[in-house]
Amino acid sequence: MVNGKRTLIIIPALNESGSIADVVGEVRGELPGVDVLVVDDGSTDRTAAVAAAAGAKVAKLPYNLGVGGAMRLGYRYARDHDYDVAIQIDADGQHDPRYVPKLVDLLDDNDLVIGARFAGEGDYMVRGPRRWAMVMLSAVLSRVAHTKLTDTTSGFRAANRRVIEMFATWYPAEYLGDTVETLVHTARRGYRIRQVPVAMRKRMAGTPSHSPARAMIYLGRAFAVLTLALIRR
Amino acid sequence: MKLTLVTGLTGLLLLGTIVELLRRRQLREKYGMLWLAVLVVVIPLSLFPRLLDNVAELLGVASGVSLVLFLGIVFLLLVCVHLSWEVSALEEETRTLAEDFALLRAEIDADRAARDELVSTDG
Repeated sequence: MVNGKRTLIIIPALNESGSIADVVGEVRGELPGVDVLVVDDGSTDRTAAVAAAAGAKVAKLPYNLGVGGAMRLGYRYARDHDYDVAIQIDADGQHDPRYVPKLVDLLDDNDLVIGARFAGEGDYMVRGPRRWAMVMLSAVLSRVAHTKLTDTTSGFRAANRRVIEMFATWYPAEYLGDTVETLVHTARRGYRIRQVPVAMRKRMAGTPSHSPARAMIYLGRAFAVLTLALIRR
Repeated sequence: MKLTLVTGLTGLLLLGTIVELLRRRQLREKYGMLWLAVLVVVIPLSLFPRLLDNVAELLGVASGVSLVLFLGIVFLLLVCVHLSWEVSALEEETRTLAEDFALLRAEIDADRAARDELVSTDG
Protein backbone atom coordinates (compact mmCIF):
# COMPACT_ATOMS: atom_id res chain seq x y z
CA MET A 1 0.00 0.00 0.00
CA VAL A 2 1.15 3.52 -0.82
CA ASN A 3 -1.19 6.24 0.51
CA GLY A 4 -3.95 3.66 0.89
CA LYS A 5 -3.65 2.39 -2.67
CA ARG A 6 -2.77 -1.18 -3.61
CA THR A 7 0.42 -0.66 -5.55
CA LEU A 8 2.36 -2.93 -7.88
CA ILE A 9 5.89 -2.11 -8.97
CA ILE A 10 6.59 -3.61 -12.40
CA ILE A 11 10.24 -4.10 -13.32
CA PRO A 12 10.90 -5.30 -16.87
CA ALA A 13 14.27 -7.05 -16.86
CA LEU A 14 16.46 -8.56 -19.56
CA ASN A 15 19.68 -10.20 -18.38
CA GLU A 16 19.94 -8.02 -15.28
CA SER A 17 21.02 -10.64 -12.77
CA GLY A 18 23.82 -8.27 -11.73
CA SER A 19 21.56 -5.50 -10.47
CA ILE A 20 18.06 -6.94 -10.09
CA ALA A 21 18.54 -8.19 -6.52
CA ASP A 22 19.68 -4.75 -5.33
CA VAL A 23 16.85 -2.99 -7.15
CA VAL A 24 14.17 -5.34 -5.77
CA GLY A 25 15.73 -5.16 -2.30
CA GLU A 26 15.81 -1.37 -2.36
CA VAL A 27 12.21 -1.06 -3.53
CA ARG A 28 10.99 -3.46 -0.85
CA GLY A 29 13.08 -1.65 1.78
CA GLU A 30 11.84 1.82 0.87
CA LEU A 31 8.23 0.81 0.21
CA PRO A 32 7.34 -1.98 2.64
CA GLY A 33 3.69 -2.37 1.63
CA VAL A 34 4.05 -2.76 -2.13
CA ASP A 35 4.25 -5.84 -4.31
CA VAL A 36 7.06 -6.13 -6.81
CA LEU A 37 6.61 -7.96 -10.11
CA VAL A 38 9.75 -8.63 -12.11
CA VAL A 39 8.92 -9.45 -15.72
CA ASP A 40 11.80 -11.49 -17.06
CA ASP A 41 11.81 -10.71 -20.77
CA GLY A 42 13.38 -13.95 -21.93
CA SER A 43 16.68 -13.57 -20.09
CA THR A 44 19.38 -16.14 -20.66
CA ASP A 45 20.97 -15.56 -17.26
CA ARG A 46 19.56 -16.14 -13.76
CA THR A 47 17.54 -12.92 -13.60
CA ALA A 48 14.26 -14.68 -12.72
CA ALA A 49 15.77 -16.83 -9.98
CA VAL A 50 17.72 -13.94 -8.46
CA ALA A 51 14.62 -11.71 -8.47
CA ALA A 52 12.49 -14.42 -6.84
CA ALA A 53 15.12 -14.95 -4.17
CA ALA A 54 15.10 -11.20 -3.48
CA GLY A 55 11.38 -11.44 -2.72
CA ALA A 56 9.78 -10.32 -5.98
CA LYS A 57 6.94 -12.02 -7.79
CA VAL A 58 8.32 -13.18 -11.13
CA ALA A 59 6.64 -13.62 -14.50
CA LYS A 60 9.04 -15.19 -16.96
CA LEU A 61 8.39 -14.78 -20.68
CA PRO A 62 9.43 -17.76 -22.81
CA TYR A 63 11.30 -15.51 -25.25
CA ASN A 64 12.23 -11.87 -25.65
CA LEU A 65 9.33 -9.54 -26.49
CA GLY A 66 10.94 -6.16 -25.80
CA VAL A 67 10.07 -3.69 -23.07
CA GLY A 68 6.60 -3.13 -24.51
CA GLY A 69 5.77 -6.84 -24.40
CA ALA A 70 7.06 -7.16 -20.87
CA MET A 71 5.08 -4.13 -19.75
CA ARG A 72 1.77 -5.28 -21.22
CA LEU A 73 2.25 -8.50 -19.29
CA GLY A 74 2.87 -6.40 -16.17
CA TYR A 75 -0.29 -4.36 -16.71
CA ARG A 76 -2.31 -7.51 -17.35
CA TYR A 77 -1.04 -8.88 -14.05
CA ALA A 78 -1.97 -5.61 -12.31
CA ARG A 79 -5.47 -5.69 -13.79
CA ASP A 80 -6.07 -9.37 -13.01
CA HIS A 81 -4.92 -8.92 -9.41
CA ASP A 82 -6.92 -5.77 -8.83
CA TYR A 83 -4.18 -3.23 -8.14
CA ASP A 84 -5.05 0.47 -7.88
CA VAL A 85 -1.69 1.67 -9.11
CA ALA A 86 1.00 0.16 -11.35
CA ILE A 87 4.45 1.70 -11.44
CA GLN A 88 7.15 0.89 -13.96
CA ILE A 89 10.75 1.02 -12.78
CA ASP A 90 13.91 0.17 -14.73
CA ALA A 91 15.91 -2.88 -13.68
CA ASP A 92 19.27 -1.12 -13.90
CA GLY A 93 18.79 0.86 -10.69
CA GLN A 94 18.67 4.35 -12.20
CA HIS A 95 15.25 5.12 -10.73
CA ASP A 96 15.07 6.01 -7.07
CA PRO A 97 12.06 4.28 -5.40
CA ARG A 98 11.84 7.12 -2.86
CA TYR A 99 10.05 9.12 -5.58
CA VAL A 100 7.25 6.55 -5.81
CA PRO A 101 4.95 8.12 -3.14
CA LYS A 102 5.27 11.45 -4.99
CA LEU A 103 4.15 9.81 -8.24
CA VAL A 104 1.27 8.03 -6.49
CA ASP A 105 0.13 11.29 -4.87
CA LEU A 106 -0.19 12.94 -8.27
CA LEU A 107 -2.36 10.08 -9.53
CA ASP A 108 -5.24 11.57 -7.51
CA ASP A 109 -5.69 14.19 -10.23
CA ASN A 110 -3.94 12.48 -13.14
CA ASP A 111 -4.12 9.17 -14.93
CA LEU A 112 -0.49 8.73 -15.93
CA VAL A 113 2.44 10.28 -14.06
CA ILE A 114 5.95 10.27 -15.50
CA GLY A 115 9.14 10.60 -13.48
CA ALA A 116 11.24 12.90 -15.67
CA ARG A 117 14.93 13.67 -15.89
CA PHE A 118 16.04 17.12 -17.09
CA ALA A 119 13.19 18.68 -15.15
CA GLY A 120 15.18 20.44 -12.46
CA GLU A 121 16.42 17.63 -10.26
CA GLY A 122 19.61 15.68 -10.78
CA ASP A 123 22.44 16.29 -13.24
CA TYR A 124 21.65 14.09 -16.23
CA MET A 125 23.08 15.47 -19.51
CA VAL A 126 22.68 14.42 -23.15
CA ARG A 127 24.24 15.97 -26.27
CA GLY A 128 24.13 15.67 -30.07
CA PRO A 129 21.45 13.86 -32.12
CA ARG A 130 20.15 12.13 -29.02
CA ARG A 131 19.42 15.54 -27.53
CA TRP A 132 17.72 16.72 -30.76
CA ALA A 133 15.53 13.64 -30.67
CA MET A 134 14.55 14.35 -27.09
CA VAL A 135 13.80 18.00 -27.85
CA MET A 136 11.63 17.02 -30.83
CA LEU A 137 9.76 14.36 -28.87
CA SER A 138 9.22 16.71 -25.92
CA ALA A 139 7.93 19.54 -28.09
CA VAL A 140 5.46 17.42 -30.05
CA LEU A 141 4.26 15.26 -27.17
CA SER A 142 3.82 18.27 -24.87
CA ARG A 143 1.45 19.74 -27.45
CA VAL A 144 -0.45 16.48 -27.88
CA ALA A 145 -0.78 15.92 -24.12
CA HIS A 146 -1.48 19.58 -23.22
CA THR A 147 1.15 19.45 -20.47
CA LYS A 148 4.87 20.04 -20.23
CA LEU A 149 6.79 16.83 -20.92
CA THR A 150 10.58 17.01 -20.94
CA ASP A 151 11.51 13.33 -20.71
CA THR A 152 9.19 11.39 -22.97
CA THR A 153 11.27 8.21 -23.06
CA SER A 154 11.41 7.84 -19.30
CA GLY A 155 10.77 4.32 -18.05
CA PHE A 156 9.64 5.59 -14.67
CA ARG A 157 5.86 5.98 -14.79
CA ALA A 158 2.82 5.43 -12.63
CA ALA A 159 -0.62 4.47 -13.95
CA ASN A 160 -4.00 4.43 -12.23
CA ARG A 161 -6.78 1.87 -12.76
CA ARG A 162 -8.16 3.44 -15.94
CA VAL A 163 -4.77 3.45 -17.62
CA ILE A 164 -3.90 -0.04 -16.32
CA GLU A 165 -7.11 -1.27 -17.92
CA MET A 166 -6.15 0.30 -21.24
CA PHE A 167 -2.50 -0.79 -21.20
CA ALA A 168 -3.52 -4.36 -20.32
CA THR A 169 -5.24 -4.67 -23.69
CA TRP A 170 -3.23 -2.20 -25.74
CA TYR A 171 0.51 -1.74 -25.41
CA PRO A 172 2.83 -1.64 -28.43
CA ALA A 173 5.81 -3.99 -28.43
CA GLU A 174 7.76 -2.09 -31.07
CA TYR A 175 10.86 0.01 -30.53
CA LEU A 176 10.02 3.28 -28.69
CA GLY A 177 6.36 2.27 -28.87
CA ASP A 178 6.34 1.59 -25.16
CA THR A 179 7.19 5.23 -24.42
CA VAL A 180 6.39 7.55 -27.32
CA GLU A 181 3.39 5.80 -28.83
CA THR A 182 1.74 5.06 -25.50
CA LEU A 183 1.93 8.76 -24.63
CA VAL A 184 0.22 9.80 -27.87
CA HIS A 185 -2.41 7.09 -27.47
CA THR A 186 -3.08 7.93 -23.83
CA ALA A 187 -3.30 11.69 -24.40
CA ARG A 188 -5.58 11.30 -27.43
CA ARG A 189 -8.05 9.31 -25.35
CA GLY A 190 -8.43 12.14 -22.90
CA TYR A 191 -6.38 10.77 -20.02
CA ARG A 192 -4.49 13.34 -17.99
CA ILE A 193 -0.71 13.05 -18.11
CA ARG A 194 1.67 14.82 -15.73
CA GLN A 195 5.38 14.72 -15.17
CA VAL A 196 7.33 15.13 -11.95
CA PRO A 197 11.02 15.94 -11.81
CA VAL A 198 13.14 13.12 -10.47
CA ALA A 199 16.89 12.72 -10.10
CA MET A 200 18.33 9.76 -11.96
CA ARG A 201 21.24 7.80 -10.64
CA LYS A 202 24.11 6.12 -12.42
CA ARG A 203 23.19 2.69 -13.64
CA MET A 204 24.24 -0.07 -11.27
CA ALA A 205 25.19 -2.32 -14.19
CA GLY A 206 25.47 -1.97 -17.97
CA THR A 207 26.54 1.08 -19.98
CA PRO A 208 24.56 3.41 -22.25
CA SER A 209 25.81 3.68 -25.84
CA HIS A 210 27.54 6.88 -26.92
CA SER A 211 28.35 6.24 -30.59
CA PRO A 212 27.30 9.18 -32.80
CA ALA A 213 26.10 6.86 -35.58
CA ARG A 214 23.79 5.11 -33.17
CA ALA A 215 22.56 8.47 -31.95
CA MET A 216 21.67 9.47 -35.52
CA ILE A 217 19.83 6.20 -36.06
CA TYR A 218 18.01 6.82 -32.80
CA LEU A 219 16.95 10.26 -34.02
CA GLY A 220 15.63 8.78 -37.27
CA ARG A 221 13.73 6.03 -35.55
CA ALA A 222 12.29 8.41 -32.98
CA PHE A 223 11.04 10.63 -35.80
CA ALA A 224 9.52 7.65 -37.64
CA VAL A 225 7.84 6.27 -34.52
CA LEU A 226 6.45 9.68 -33.61
CA THR A 227 5.07 10.30 -37.11
CA LEU A 228 3.47 6.87 -37.21
CA ALA A 229 1.97 7.35 -33.76
CA LEU A 230 0.46 10.66 -34.83
CA ILE A 231 -1.19 9.29 -37.98
CA ARG A 232 -2.44 6.13 -36.32
CA ARG A 233 -5.88 5.90 -34.87
CA MET B 1 8.42 -23.97 -80.39
CA LYS B 2 11.23 -24.86 -77.99
CA LEU B 3 10.39 -21.82 -75.85
CA THR B 4 6.72 -22.79 -75.64
CA LEU B 5 7.81 -26.24 -74.48
CA VAL B 6 10.01 -24.78 -71.70
CA THR B 7 7.40 -22.30 -70.42
CA GLY B 8 4.55 -24.79 -70.72
CA LEU B 9 6.45 -27.49 -68.82
CA THR B 10 7.43 -25.00 -66.10
CA GLY B 11 3.78 -24.07 -65.66
CA LEU B 12 2.73 -27.70 -65.39
CA LEU B 13 5.55 -28.44 -62.93
CA LEU B 14 4.37 -25.59 -60.70
CA LEU B 15 0.79 -26.84 -60.93
CA GLY B 16 1.94 -30.32 -59.89
CA THR B 17 3.90 -28.90 -56.94
CA ILE B 18 0.93 -26.91 -55.63
CA VAL B 19 -1.48 -29.83 -55.98
CA GLU B 20 0.97 -32.14 -54.22
CA LEU B 21 1.50 -29.66 -51.35
CA LEU B 22 -2.26 -29.30 -50.96
CA ARG B 23 -2.70 -33.08 -51.07
CA ARG B 24 -0.16 -33.51 -48.25
CA ARG B 25 -1.84 -30.70 -46.29
CA GLN B 26 1.40 -28.71 -46.27
CA LEU B 27 -0.31 -25.63 -47.66
CA ARG B 28 -3.34 -23.87 -46.24
CA GLU B 29 -6.25 -23.93 -48.67
CA LYS B 30 -6.45 -20.15 -48.92
CA TYR B 31 -2.88 -20.00 -50.30
CA GLY B 32 -3.25 -23.14 -52.37
CA MET B 33 -6.35 -21.77 -54.10
CA LEU B 34 -4.60 -18.47 -54.76
CA TRP B 35 -1.69 -20.16 -56.53
CA LEU B 36 -3.97 -22.53 -58.43
CA ALA B 37 -5.93 -19.53 -59.71
CA VAL B 38 -2.67 -17.90 -60.78
CA LEU B 39 -1.61 -21.04 -62.64
CA VAL B 40 -4.93 -21.30 -64.42
CA VAL B 41 -4.07 -17.92 -65.96
CA VAL B 42 -0.34 -18.56 -66.44
CA ILE B 43 -0.41 -21.98 -68.13
CA PRO B 44 -2.50 -20.92 -71.17
CA LEU B 45 -0.26 -17.86 -71.46
CA SER B 46 2.86 -20.01 -71.37
CA LEU B 47 1.51 -22.13 -74.23
CA PHE B 48 0.20 -19.20 -76.27
CA PRO B 49 2.33 -16.16 -75.35
CA ARG B 50 0.54 -13.92 -77.89
CA LEU B 51 -2.84 -14.28 -76.17
CA LEU B 52 -2.57 -10.90 -74.45
CA ASP B 53 -1.29 -8.91 -77.40
CA ASN B 54 -4.67 -7.32 -78.06
CA VAL B 55 -5.12 -6.24 -74.45
CA ALA B 56 -1.53 -4.93 -74.41
CA GLU B 57 -2.14 -2.84 -77.48
CA LEU B 58 -5.26 -1.41 -75.88
CA LEU B 59 -3.20 -0.31 -72.84
CA GLY B 60 -0.37 1.05 -74.94
CA VAL B 61 2.07 -1.74 -74.02
CA ALA B 62 4.26 -2.86 -76.94
CA SER B 63 3.84 -6.62 -76.42
CA GLY B 64 1.69 -8.98 -74.41
CA VAL B 65 4.79 -10.51 -72.85
CA SER B 66 5.81 -7.16 -71.33
CA LEU B 67 2.33 -6.77 -69.94
CA VAL B 68 2.51 -10.19 -68.31
CA LEU B 69 5.89 -9.29 -66.81
CA PHE B 70 4.54 -6.03 -65.40
CA LEU B 71 1.40 -7.62 -63.98
CA GLY B 72 3.49 -10.44 -62.54
CA ILE B 73 5.74 -8.05 -60.62
CA VAL B 74 2.78 -6.09 -59.27
CA PHE B 75 1.11 -9.31 -58.21
CA LEU B 76 4.24 -10.63 -56.46
CA LEU B 77 4.64 -7.33 -54.63
CA LEU B 78 1.06 -7.55 -53.39
CA VAL B 79 1.65 -11.13 -52.24
CA CYS B 80 4.74 -10.00 -50.28
CA VAL B 81 2.79 -7.22 -48.58
CA HIS B 82 0.05 -9.67 -47.74
CA LEU B 83 2.57 -12.09 -46.21
CA SER B 84 4.12 -9.29 -44.11
CA TRP B 85 0.65 -8.52 -42.89
CA GLU B 86 0.04 -12.15 -42.02
CA VAL B 87 3.37 -12.36 -40.16
CA SER B 88 2.49 -9.23 -38.16
CA ALA B 89 -0.80 -10.83 -37.13
CA LEU B 90 1.00 -14.05 -36.21
CA GLU B 91 3.56 -12.16 -34.11
CA GLU B 92 0.74 -10.45 -32.24
CA GLU B 93 -0.86 -13.84 -31.60
CA THR B 94 2.35 -15.46 -30.37
CA ARG B 95 3.01 -12.42 -28.18
CA THR B 96 -0.36 -12.83 -26.50
CA LEU B 97 0.32 -16.55 -26.06
CA ALA B 98 3.73 -15.85 -24.52
CA GLU B 99 2.11 -13.42 -22.08
CA ASP B 100 -0.62 -15.88 -21.19
CA PHE B 101 1.99 -18.55 -20.63
CA ALA B 102 4.09 -16.30 -18.36
CA LEU B 103 1.00 -15.27 -16.37
CA LEU B 104 -0.03 -18.90 -15.88
CA ARG B 105 3.47 -19.87 -14.81
CA ALA B 106 3.48 -17.00 -12.30
CA GLU B 107 0.12 -18.20 -10.91
CA ILE B 108 1.42 -21.74 -10.53
CA ASP B 109 4.59 -20.56 -8.82
CA ALA B 110 2.55 -18.40 -6.42
CA ASP B 111 0.20 -21.31 -5.64
CA ARG B 112 3.10 -23.65 -5.03
CA ALA B 113 4.83 -21.12 -2.77
CA ALA B 114 1.63 -20.61 -0.78
CA ARG B 115 1.15 -24.37 -0.39
CA ASP B 116 4.75 -24.90 0.69
CA GLU B 117 4.33 -22.21 3.31
CA LEU B 118 1.14 -23.87 4.57
CA VAL B 119 2.92 -27.22 4.85
CA SER B 120 5.90 -25.77 6.66
CA THR B 121 3.70 -23.92 9.20
CA ASP B 122 1.60 -27.07 9.78
CA GLY B 123 4.63 -29.27 10.26
